[in-house]
Amino acid sequence: MKRYDLIVVGAGPAGMSAAIEAAKHGVHVVVFDENARPGGQLFKQIHKFFGSKEHRAKIRGFVIGQELLDEADKLGVDVRLNSTVIGLYQDKEVVVQRNGEVEHYKGDSIVVATGAAENMVTFEGWTLPGVIGAGAAQTMMNLHGVRPGERVLMLGTGNVGLVVSYQLKQAGCDVVALGDAAPRVGGYGVHAAKVARTGVPFYLGHTIKRAEGTDHVTGAVIAQLDEHFQFIPGTEKHFDVDTICVAVGLSPMSQLFKMDGCKVVDDRKKGGQVPVVDDLGQTSIPGIFAAGDVSGIEEASSAMIEGRIAGLSAASFLGYIDKPELDEGVGSNEAALDGLRQGMFAPKNRGKKIENTEEGIPVSTSLLEHGFVADDEIERFPGVTHRQGIHPVIECTQNIPCNPCQDVCPKHCIKVGDHITALPQLEPDAQCIGCGLCVASCPGQAIFLLDETDVPGYADVSLPYEFLPLPTKGQRGVALGRDGKPVCEAEVVSVKRTKAFDHTAVVTMRVPADMAMRARFFKATDDVQAPAAPAAKA
Amino acid sequence: MKEIYDRTRDLGPFEPKPGDDQIVCRCEEVTQGEIRQAVHDGLFTIAEIRRYLRCGMGLCQGQTCARLVKGIVARELGVSPDELEPASSRAPMRPIEMSVFAKEGEDDE
Amino acid sequence: MGTRISEHPILGVPQKGKLVSFSCDGQTLQGYEGEPVAVALRAAGVMVHRYTAKRHTPRGIFCAIGRCTDCVMVVDGVPNVRTCMTPLREGMKVQTQYGVSPVPFDQQGARPGSKTASEGGAR
Repeated sequence: MKRYDLIVVGAGPAGMSAAIEAAKHGVHVVVFDENARPGGQLFKQIHKFFGSKEHRAKIRGFVIGQELLDEADKLGVDVRLNSTVIGLYQDKEVVVQRNGEVEHYKGDSIVVATGAAENMVTFEGWTLPGVIGAGAAQTMMNLHGVRPGERVLMLGTGNVGLVVSYQLKQAGCDVVALGDAAPRVGGYGVHAAKVARTGVPFYLGHTIKRAEGTDHVTGAVIAQLDEHFQFIPGTEKHFDVDTICVAVGLSPMSQLFKMDGCKVVDDRKKGGQVPVVDDLGQTSIPGIFAAGDVSGIEEASSAMIEGRIAGLSAASFLGYIDKPELDEGVGSNEAALDGLRQGMFAPKNRGKKIENTEEGIPVSTSLLEHGFVADDEIERFPGVTHRQGIHPVIECTQNIPCNPCQDVCPKHCIKVGDHITALPQLEPDAQCIGCGLCVASCPGQAIFLLDETDVPGYADVSLPYEFLPLPTKGQRGVALGRDGKPVCEAEVVSVKRTKAFDHTAVVTMRVPADMAMRARFFKATDDVQAPAAPAAKA
Repeated sequence: MKEIYDRTRDLGPFEPKPGDDQIVCRCEEVTQGEIRQAVHDGLFTIAEIRRYLRCGMGLCQGQTCARLVKGIVARELGVSPDELEPASSRAPMRPIEMSVFAKEGEDDE
Repeated sequence: MGTRISEHPILGVPQKGKLVSFSCDGQTLQGYEGEPVAVALRAAGVMVHRYTAKRHTPRGIFCAIGRCTDCVMVVDGVPNVRTCMTPLREGMKVQTQYGVSPVPFDQQGARPGSKTASEGGAR
């Protein structure tokens, strides 16, 4: 039986980070993963991550995934793919199914980073082909380049449901609606807003009644729920869809811990059954560690930090590093983890109804109930100001740990401050040069540039755009409001793409001046001729 | 033994509910109604329900339905799902052919 | 029905292996080598992977990452193969799975259900 200092189960963000950290300190480590590719879910995450520099904010998930693999490669970490850990036994024996055989390994320490499985809801017709998990949609379109369907109904407005809806639109699918049994949007408001302004309606307090079809999905019916979660008769809405996507949360895949006899508990705030771990990620069995979603559902950024802590802990357990070195390494990682666990969506706030921001501003109820900030709510947030000349309008209305806007502005116009969850503000003496970096970099796509002084009677609105086909200069269309409904005619006056924008185009459209605070998305209307807007001043 | 597993408890009569004909365990095609009925038949633990109905015993080993089954049983017993002992976890974690399971690989070094 | 993405705003043009032929229930289809069989089938418009043992209802892709086992089919004569985890190869023979058999239920004759599980446990 082959022996390793450390066996890591799962080559996702947590597992790879653990392996890297341990290998850095000389630990002989092997990683097993059941998939054909390493990286776990990172390669399906094509949006820019939240957080600050230390969390690799504004970098897309799949890029972070590639960086992790490169780093592991450099350190000579042995990653075995198509290798399924099917059992974890006493004395740290790991059984792996690989190449049509079972192999037995012994680890002096083990990091289990098996991630999570998707939760499901049952409804009439939920076993029909065409009803899929949101993860399946991500896998098909982002890994394999195939649309799961043409017309999709999304169930669930947590971050997964919101992000995958947006990704479905990026893949060219038509998302007909988002539904959620909960009365409020569960995920980040900015994720909801970027879907809502493209014209996708949100149905909160609604859930699916049935999927229609004989051999596969041909339609879906949703209906409103009363306070006892019973359908209200007469509220049914029918959609012609070929795909129903379910995104109703994740559960830790903690079976290996139970198999091995580690103490596990049911913890609702962590998403289900999780191993009991100490500050170092160590379970009740010395030398067995947990990291990432398997120890509590969060996201990839925190999984990577937990992985690093587990890797350090394993190195210390094995005697490769001494206590001061462990404390130092764990300390800085814990500070980074702490940074991510702040704000309205922190694990400790799960399930709480938050009425006001940290600044004492009432939160947008429209955002929670409909997925977009209402026109009469937006002005109360600190990032929204009116100035002469071009300037950013920052429609960031919830306290989340994120600050790339502050870092990216070459003129230091935007301030979040030391408190990373604070709502960004425009500096009073900001000298915006209209470069668009804040627009392209904001992971929530919540920053717009406004110029109300270029052409009298008109305003130029610059917005982030990540769909194909890209609008072209001179193209006419309609401007959509935050609610996704047409507000006025618009003409594209510029489309900027640079390497620094990282595939987010900054599209500038010209709209009537009184629509400057309402127009937030551009929709081409090839068949409708809008009246020409006057040309810009030379 | 936890109080919730007290078999002398009266759960009241089995009343059919909407959704009883819906599949819960996709692999073994076990319905919500069958699970609810089983609780009324006196099977209070997840392990018993699994053995009785095979829900969670199919190819996927309860990957999809474990949480759903737990929720249904808990509701029927009038307890929180957290209070129910989950089913035990056993190898193999993924579907595997017996010929593979029985084939011990050589040490690769 | 799935269709292939020709160009993606973030990921660009999908990188694929070489185009290969395979068969599904005798019909010749094309897909890219190395992509999961399930993905090639979805792109070719095949939604139903199997019909269940007990209720004979259709199933297809559900989780796409090898966990739910709903997408299993008979691949090269072997039943219960997770098509979402199986890379496509030239000449593969894929068949709809009825219970655990490639033979449709109405042609399976009087033979009992394809596995004891289909009898539904103790009840």
